[in-house]
Amino acid sequence: MSIFVNKETKVVVQGITGKEGQFHARQCVAYGTRVVAGVTPGKGGQKMDDVPVFNTVAAARAATGADCSLIFVPPPFAAAAIMEAVDAGIELIVAITEGIPVLDMMKVKNYMRLHGSRLIGPNCPGIITPGECKVGIMPAPIHKPGGPIGVVSRSGTLTYEVVHQLTQQDIGQTTCIGIGGDPVNGTNFIDCLEAFEADPETKGIVMVGEIGGNAEEEAARFIKEKMSKPVVGFIAGLTAPPGRRMGHAGAIISGKSGTAQGKIEAMEAAGIHVCKDLGRLGELCAKVF
Amino acid sequence: MKIHEYQAKTLFKRYAVPVPEGAVAFTPEEALQVADTLGGFPVVVKAQIHAGGRGKGGGVKLAHSREEVTRVAEEMLGMTLVTHQTGPEGRVVKKLLVEQGLDIAKELYLSIVPDRASAQVVIMASEAGGMDIEAVAEETPEKIIKVGINPLIGIQGYHALQVAHGLNLDSALVKPFVQLLNNLYRFFMAHDASLVEINPLVITAQQTVLALDAKITFDDNALFRQKEIVEYRDLDEEDPLEVEASKFNLNYINLDGNVGNMVNGAGLAMATMDIIKLAGARPANFLDVGGGANAEMVENGFRIILSDPNVKGILINIFGGILRCDVLAEGVVKAAAQTGIKVPVVVRMEGTNVEQGRKILDESKLNLIAAVDLKDAAQKVAEIVGG
Repeated sequence: MSIFVNKETKVVVQGITGKEGQFHARQCVAYGTRVVAGVTPGKGGQKMDDVPVFNTVAAARAATGADCSLIFVPPPFAAAAIMEAVDAGIELIVAITEGIPVLDMMKVKNYMRLHGSRLIGPNCPGIITPGECKVGIMPAPIHKPGGPIGVVSRSGTLTYEVVHQLTQQDIGQTTCIGIGGDPVNGTNFIDCLEAFEADPETKGIVMVGEIGGNAEEEAARFIKEKMSKPVVGFIAGLTAPPGRRMGHAGAIISGKSGTAQGKIEAMEAAGIHVCKDLGRLGELCAKVF
Repeated sequence: MKIHEYQAKTLFKRYAVPVPEGAVAFTPEEALQVADTLGGFPVVVKAQIHAGGRGKGGGVKLAHSREEVTRVAEEMLGMTLVTHQTGPEGRVVKKLLVEQGLDIAKELYLSIVPDRASAQVVIMASEAGGMDIEAVAEETPEKIIKVGINPLIGIQGYHALQVAHGLNLDSALVKPFVQLLNNLYRFFMAHDASLVEINPLVITAQQTVLALDAKITFDDNALFRQKEIVEYRDLDEEDPLEVEASKFNLNYINLDGNVGNMVNGAGLAMATMDIIKLAGARPANFLDVGGGANAEMVENGFRIILSDPNVKGILINIFGGILRCDVLAEGVVKAAAQTGIKVPVVVRMEGTNVEQGRKILDESKLNLIAAVDLKDAAQKVAEIVGG
């Protein structure tokens, strides 16, 4: 019915008493997500609305059985917050924080390889299984529950645009995941594609990429070799100049690598339905799915 | 963030990475003073700008006498240097690095970069130094040595030896090279570099090894803990509008088109630029006001777009999530009241509080053109600029 999160998911919010953490924790609760705990060092024992606050993730997990963490901790402390969640045995970690230093994330990524946790993000909108569970900052009303389409994207608001167009075409979503715009992130396109392929309710996938790196090219190869479900793709940044970082730390064309044109060609060669006009993405999906 | 070669070499020296003797000069007189301290001729005069390819553009010259130092410095200071990295407009040279000339036996290539896919710090080296390394990588990839380092473990003796032996160094040079590489790695990690490149790393006739050139960029996300590095920022090397935007935490890049645009989110901002182009017009900028934008940021973003004289029309595309549409609308109204809107503005809003946002814009009586969706917005703004 979905991938990674569902109505059973029990969420702990790290940084729940901060401005952003509090606002979005409330939004998640309002959507029906089981937010069972919050963590803010030094504020253990307090409550945020009805949610108990703990000093550490380990304490929160021991008391509530939380299996998913949503992180709003500021950049200087975010890498440590992720590793704290890993050490506490949290299965799924969703890091919203934007602006974590690359070297910090490289250490986190190598550390995570030694453990069983999954990381989504950082610098991402999070993950939502419409109608069941929202672990992130995306506006809930644009989503349509019930599937049959999975969405995976490197972007935030661009994902909202894509989901909005799907919903307007009356196409629902199984799960929508923003994997984040940083050069070093956790869950990648292939992890999500693999999970969508295995999910019986997901009948097709929309994959949204952007310039920089070669994640889209690798995903295209995976789709060609391993996937039976149809994929619609979009790549942002056809007009981006080389050598300039386009907002996301990962969105930069260096030399000949990472261009939108190269990614589109790789995706088309893999049989992906590439949409070149974002204004018509919904229409294309209605045709393909 | 980029820094100049002379600044990079100052940092290298502190980390015991050998560099030629030399110093920065802002006038021909200072250039001569520096040359006089170097103990003989020839000396090398190098233009200091944030772009590569300086040699081919006439930004690196040998001087064989005191008179020649003065002449070269006079020519170079104030000249507009055009290289393949500056764009056709070039950069005005405002400072020089004056260094001792060396008797070079061999040129090598050495760099350290983070590799995003493997999450390792990668050392790259090649015997084909002094050349365009991307061309070497493409045509003769076997000439490039790559050694990946797990940042949790750090550089080990065998890593450095792998590079040293890969470069076929004489046995007498292995030890100083290994030291240099260890120091360079230590610098890279301590200062959150995102690129350290030495091209060329030279072996002199006297069998010493040193960094003839130095290119360093730093991770912008880590500048909060690199206060000393931030001091090296040179605003002269940056676009004035981009400097202005950075004061307000706005992500702005100036481009050469005529449709200004303001968007929340980097991916959507890039996609908006693309759709403007697809509609037959050209984007004048990239501007991501970010998720947490307030009315003041929107107002300043709007003002910066308007101060670009090439802008003939503006497209605002906001998908409200964290940034609510009513906040955006307030910012636009305030900016319009302060600066006056001289060009047509097309507004496309969707998402959180969109009704309140539309109401604020309607009641403002500003001359704004509403678009129903993204496609409609791009077409309307393209018509306006005659795209």
